[in-house]
Amino acid sequence: MRVTVRLFARLRELVGAGDLVLEVDADATVADVWATLVAAHPAAEAYARSMSCAVNLEYARMTTAVSAGDEVAFLPPVSGGEARRGA
Amino acid sequence: MSPATAVTSAPLAVETVLRAVEGPGAGAVTTFVGLVRDHNQGRRVLWLDYEAYAPLAEKALGLIVDEAQARWAGARMAIHHRTGRLEIGEASVVIAVATPHRADAFAACRYAIERIKQIVPIWKHEHFEGGEVWIEGATADATDTAARETALRIACA
Repeated sequence: MRVTVRLFARLRELVGAGDLVLEVDADATVADVWATLVAAHPAAEAYARSMSCAVNLEYARMTTAVSAGDEVAFLPPVSGGEARRGA
Repeated sequence: MSPATAVTSAPLAVETVLRAVEGPGAGAVTTFVGLVRDHNQGRRVLWLDYEAYAPLAEKALGLIVDEAQARWAGARMAIHHRTGRLEIGEASVVIAVATPHRADAFAACRYAIERIKQIVPIWKHEHFEGGEVWIEGATADATDTAARETALRIACA
């Protein structure tokens, strides 16, 4: 089945696309989608431990099951709001 | 009535955010305005680009408003966040909170900015003199209760 993957910020730049369609097995989880992404774009591996994920605009876990047509987003650590602490 | 939450490339206006929280039950209102600063970690910042996963960012802002309104009785909160290229001195985020009593208005406002940095999928791309860098903070997880307790502790300190 096919799912849509959304990537943002530096992860988007590493992969070279913010929006792609991946083919995964019918019983796939978010972890399988991630593994498929990393196999095609090894640079994404840099975010394996720091990214979070969302499925169809809900925060999800790597164990969350996905369905055909789902939108799976992988999110680098966020930095909204005002300037962070620092010099 | 202005919307309580917004993720927009248009310049932010404090007055617009204030209008979203006005009501006869309010005894105090606090506002917080986050600005683009000209320096960061020894670098001279030229401008910032904010990238958002806009529909999830709007939902996350709505969740923060719901959390705050459940925690502080009678509170009304609104949050508008800017996206795209922002120049030095421009507002990146505006929060307004109206409550019956002043202490809650300060606490809820602090809570909101701490939560924004935890769970709202927005990323800051810093363009500085000599280069550019993506600023990365917290791994976003709206279900992480420890993060939420940290924000509450900071708000109520």
